Amino acid sequence: MGNKKGGNDLGKIKGFSIQFLPYSEIRTLSSDERIRKILNIVLGNNILILQGKLKAEEETRLIGDTMAMIDHVKNFKGIELAVIGGNGEESVFFKMKKGLANALSGGDMSAITIIGPASIVKEIKRNPKKIELLLNG
Amino acid sequence: MVVKILKNFFSRMFSSLFKEGNKEIKMGFYGPPNAGKTSLANRICKDFTGEEIGTVSKIPHETRNVQFKEQVEIKYKGKSMMFKMIDTPGIATKIDYEDFLKYKVNKNDAKKRAKEATQGIIESIKWLDDMDVVVVVLDSSENPYNQVNITIIGNLAARDIPVLIVANKIDLKKADLKKIESAFPEYETVGISARTGKNLEDFYEAVFRLVKKR
Repeated sequence: MGNKKGGNDLGKIKGFSIQFLPYSEIRTLSSDERIRKILNIVLGNNILILQGKLKAEEETRLIGDTMAMIDHVKNFKGIELAVIGGNGEESVFFKMKKGLANALSGGDMSAITIIGPASIVKEIKRNPKKIELLLNG
Repeated sequence: MVVKILKNFFSRMFSSLFKEGNKEIKMGFYGPPNAGKTSLANRICKDFTGEEIGTVSKIPHETRNVQFKEQVEIKYKGKSMMFKMIDTPGIATKIDYEDFLKYKVNKNDAKKRAKEATQGIIESIKWLDDMDVVVVVLDSSENPYNQVNITIIGNLAARDIPVLIVANKIDLKKADLKKIESAFPEYETVGISARTGKNLEDFYEAVFRLVKKR
């Protein structure tokens, strides 16, 4: 589903793709490789829907690497990121705890992670019961 | 010989106890941009040292370097503890220099500010490992269900670093303390206004409780 525009063409968005990534695709990868794979997809003007979630420290590394790329990839402004748990009634902390419990085995399959380039995804609005993906017009 | 060994042993033991007693507790201020981290850190530093830690502004990412204030002795109701205050740049997942243009910053300065902001975020993340306790400052008039907040708190939980959530700006009409409490029910949340000083007493009491959780 992803397009082949490459990583340096994020300036004027003419379209975008939504790419689904099953967790099995990244399960055996190291943290470095996971983050690189995710960023490559996002830099290709794709909104990534990842089955499961990253480890807590991988999320911060993703943010750190994103910041480093803003300085080096033309027109890249960063990402929008949201992790959605399985049950909308759960508190953020409960989901987080479950995420941590699953962190070592990797994944938390009941979660979904949405990551998109900030040039396409303006905002991911969320409250416990609703998720809205607002795109740049 | 035995006397000398015993003497050295007691000397080392008392020396380490003395050092531990005077050791500063590293207290980090984390959160999204413009939540009021520096405003709160300034108020604490002003209360106990007479000096501020950094400048505040309505423009996001005003703090773009990690700022310190050492030897801050917080005294409250007969209790006293020595802190090293570490004020960190706000963490975000995107930085667009054009956002700064709205605040009448010229284009070159906006680009410079954006570049510094990205580096500040990287620095903030690197410092996560070095904290003894962390105060996560959130704007109580904003939606707390923001991935940056969840990521920061998730990281601190994974590192077993005690967290106190401060719902700042409770003087604003849109402030919703309950929403923040319900988003993070496992953590103590204190509603304050760093600008007006409202509820700072509750905050100081919570800080002493936080340190005990280490």
